[in-house]
Amino acid sequence: MDLLKTSLKEIRDGIRAKKFSSVEVTQSYLNQIEKWNGKINAYITVNTNAMQAAKRADEAIAQGDQAPLAGIPIAIKDMFCTKGLRTTAGSKILENFIPPYSATVVERLEKAGMVCLGKTNQDEFAMGSSSETSAFGIGRNPWNLDYVPGGSSGGSAAAVAAGMAPASLGTDTGGSIRQPASFCGIVGIKPTYGRVSRYGIVAFASSLDQAGPMTKTVADAALVLEAMSGRDERDSTTSAQTVPTWEKNISRNLKGLKVGLPKEYFSDRLQPETRAAVDRAIDVVKKAGGETVEISLPLTEMAVPIYYLVCTSEASSNLARYDGVRFGYRADFSKKPAEDLAEFYCRTRGEGFGKEVKRRIILGTYALSSGYYDAYYKKACQVRRVLRQQFLDAFQKCDVMMSPVTTSPAFKLHERISDPLEMYLNDIYTTSANLVGIPGISVPAGFSSNKLPIGVQILATHFNEQALFNVGSVIEEGLALKELPHGIQ
Amino acid sequence: MAYSDWEPVIGLEIHAQLLTDSKVFSPDSAHFGGNDNEHTHPISLGMPGTLPVLNKKAVEYSVKTGLALNCKIRRKSVFARKNYFYPDLPKGYQISQYDEPICEHGHVDYLLDGEMKRVGITRAHMEEDAGKSQHSGEFTLINLNRAGVPLLEIVSEPDIKSAAEAAEYARTVRTILRYLNVCDGNLEEGSMRCDCNVSVRKKGTTKFGTKVELKNINSFRFVEKAIEYEIQRQIDCMETGEPIVQETRLYDPTKNRTFSMRAKEQAHDYRYFPDPDLLPMVIDDAYLENLKAQLPELPIARAQRFQTEYQIPAYDSFVLTTEKAMADFFEETAKASKNAKAASNWVMGELLRELNEAKTDIEKSPVSAQNLAEMILMIDSKEISGKMAKDVFSEMYKTSKGPKEIVKSKGMSQITDASLIEKLIDEVFAANAQALADYRGGKVKLFGFFVGAVMKHSKGQANPEMVNQLLITKLKG
Amino acid sequence: MISEDDVARVALLARLSITPEETKQLASQLSSVLGHFEHVSKVNTEGVEPMVTPTDVEAFWREDVVKGWKSADEAMANAPEAVGNLFKVPPVVG
Repeated sequence: MDLLKTSLKEIRDGIRAKKFSSVEVTQSYLNQIEKWNGKINAYITVNTNAMQAAKRADEAIAQGDQAPLAGIPIAIKDMFCTKGLRTTAGSKILENFIPPYSATVVERLEKAGMVCLGKTNQDEFAMGSSSETSAFGIGRNPWNLDYVPGGSSGGSAAAVAAGMAPASLGTDTGGSIRQPASFCGIVGIKPTYGRVSRYGIVAFASSLDQAGPMTKTVADAALVLEAMSGRDERDSTTSAQTVPTWEKNISRNLKGLKVGLPKEYFSDRLQPETRAAVDRAIDVVKKAGGETVEISLPLTEMAVPIYYLVCTSEASSNLARYDGVRFGYRADFSKKPAEDLAEFYCRTRGEGFGKEVKRRIILGTYALSSGYYDAYYKKACQVRRVLRQQFLDAFQKCDVMMSPVTTSPAFKLHERISDPLEMYLNDIYTTSANLVGIPGISVPAGFSSNKLPIGVQILATHFNEQALFNVGSVIEEGLALKELPHGIQ
Repeated sequence: MAYSDWEPVIGLEIHAQLLTDSKVFSPDSAHFGGNDNEHTHPISLGMPGTLPVLNKKAVEYSVKTGLALNCKIRRKSVFARKNYFYPDLPKGYQISQYDEPICEHGHVDYLLDGEMKRVGITRAHMEEDAGKSQHSGEFTLINLNRAGVPLLEIVSEPDIKSAAEAAEYARTVRTILRYLNVCDGNLEEGSMRCDCNVSVRKKGTTKFGTKVELKNINSFRFVEKAIEYEIQRQIDCMETGEPIVQETRLYDPTKNRTFSMRAKEQAHDYRYFPDPDLLPMVIDDAYLENLKAQLPELPIARAQRFQTEYQIPAYDSFVLTTEKAMADFFEETAKASKNAKAASNWVMGELLRELNEAKTDIEKSPVSAQNLAEMILMIDSKEISGKMAKDVFSEMYKTSKGPKEIVKSKGMSQITDASLIEKLIDEVFAANAQALADYRGGKVKLFGFFVGAVMKHSKGQANPEMVNQLLITKLKG
Repeated sequence: MISEDDVARVALLARLSITPEETKQLASQLSSVLGHFEHVSKVNTEGVEPMVTPTDVEAFWREDVVKGWKSADEAMANAPEAVGNLFKVPPVVG
């Protein structure tokens, strides 16, 4: 079994056909982790109980267990609470936190037979797009170790690309699944807001966060997402929409499909190599019957400002619970006791949070504060509604949209971390899907001249993930990457 | 200037803890007590990734209360986060309502010294309670059992004009909450809390003075006393030119004074914004109509109905309706006995006296309304005398037995058989020959002596009226 | 546009200790970020209701049923400091 090539579906079929056991599969992934994690730093915590879980899965399979993911090992971003297994969100403030509960998504995947391999590296509290803000060391890109894997779900992307997991879970608040998937040459989908429960996932920005799978193939993503989705009585923002059998329904016949190309997404800022990759993907889709149509989303330039105002405001409140009282890091007051409560909080939070998180909390607190609320937070929420309307109008003219995921492929480590505005502006193509609530997928579409993968983004209307899988599958068939990650050979 | 030149401006913020089984956004127990941090689901602890889900009952109770307070119910109201740091606030924000509360623009009518008064209700909004801090000098300990218990905060207009009005308004709100069975209104345990905003201004002016908030008041009597003290204090300040500080003051009942909390109040900036974890609370016509239909008759309406339907005095009607259970008890007794005046007298007299002595509620009365009514019927049909009834009642209270059973077992039933009474009279005459002779000789004052002697001879069981009638005839000889 | 004083005030509001250097750096970084975000103010949003949740989701409420926590021990397992089953913090008043 070549871990770098094998898809989740192939593992599923192999286990079902008794070609290999869950124990064998899980062990080989653990070996690969053992071999490469020192370099890639994809995992923060490896699950020491993985082999026991695999054994139990094999026993269940022997008893006739037909669960959709029976015995399949999967990596989980460290944003997801895992009962009894340390969950850090990439932050020092949670470095010793052992949740007494699991996220609903984790419970559902476990019920579907998943074996948890461990918890993957990420930007602290998912705030970042390079996995460089992690308190547990920077992550690296398996295609070239001098480059970032993207972020915030960089560990999850790198793990799949490097054969350290056949699939992983990520979270996407402004592109945190799609961008690292693009940088690491894998598939990543952010479903419709409300499709997947957020219960037990460390909150960054509640109205934007969605969890999704990161996989080698489009069909794998469909399979895993099916097992994750659906209303959760513990999350009032989940939808009661029925969950289709996406994987079974995938169709590569795109005859008559209208593909919108938002002109604002193809401006000068887009690097030629990335543009070329997107164009190749568009050609493939056309060959399968798709018809392109130019559309306009005039508020595109506003997406990044609205996104950062909304996400930092919500985050400033969501992260207030990390106060050193009930769980998590508390500053050492043994030598110099706190003079008052304010100092107790300030020192604990000041030491527990990293730079980028503090920057965003301050920005969000400012945007919500008295005198600025109307101009920043409220205004952003109003423009957000206008932006949503522009998308709904545009979807009157097309069934899906195709666009780049980022302006350029993965960048070098440390290259952009020092200039926050430059870093934020990078999210231009991905944030809108979160603001508007629609699903988006990133599918590999080729390489840059320096041998780094480039993904293409497909967007659809609310709850139409099927269209993403159909179009993604066509692109995958036409443009499958013919190389393996160079960084780990 | 004199005290009479100043007028107080008073508004109340009443926090009512709703009587749900589970918390407002979390499925752990909302009941009072429990061991330390036992009622602490991860949601109540504010653990990472946990999310609030709204409790249906809490909405129902809030809407019912809003309707009873004559409020407009917002068809779409919004939960907002109130952000501040405090160790008993697990998430670093309290889920509350801000500019779109569920209830607004209501009023409460109440009676003070026989006069009908009205207080405006600005709003009533839903929120979650915080936990409890136990302070010792060295450190503070946090118990989060109470964190997340549903509260309805009822905010009055600042149109209360005296301490007595404030206390009576608060009592009325408590009565309404208890009628609806949405809050037990226990100030001592903190299931109902009254914060009072007090300021004073020169009579005839319209501008509000500096507002002081009074907290930590655990009885209605103290509401009145604390406000009275505070008004005096503020007027004294005004008279002597000392500035009034906008602050929170606590009431000390042992010294009957208010004192400043001293804690430095940092400038608050709560950064309210809509909670993205909760969708707006949408209430439709059908839901509202259904709850309206379920509303019980409220105290004032009920008192007025008692006056017309049962012809009882206004005073009685208001006393009987202060607690729903008492009004229910009275009404059941009145209906079954067909004698409302007697029912009212017995409930307000003997029964309340016994209950007060035993410090218990009418819900736990050993005498049932049916039994009391039966006893009243026995008095009215002359089976027992009024005097005997008192003994029967006290036996009923002691044993919870029915009046018939008590009368029978104690051989207490009234003698109404004329021939038996005549026989008793004859026996008394025989034993008191001299007195009889004296009476017939003109000493008519002895009539009372004979009544007493016959009643005593009958062990109190003879019907007194019949004894009178028969004595008159028989004494004539 | 956002001064060092603003940063210090907001940092206290958010209960974050930051060094004077960080304060300076944040003031300049956030000024440039907010400067860029000024574009948002140019969008006409008259009469537009702010949008919080981006997807149309039908609300649902929970039945009033108690589903308890197993024990206070589980609640306390991650506590940085405790006395018995109570969380311990520095004195709140004084």
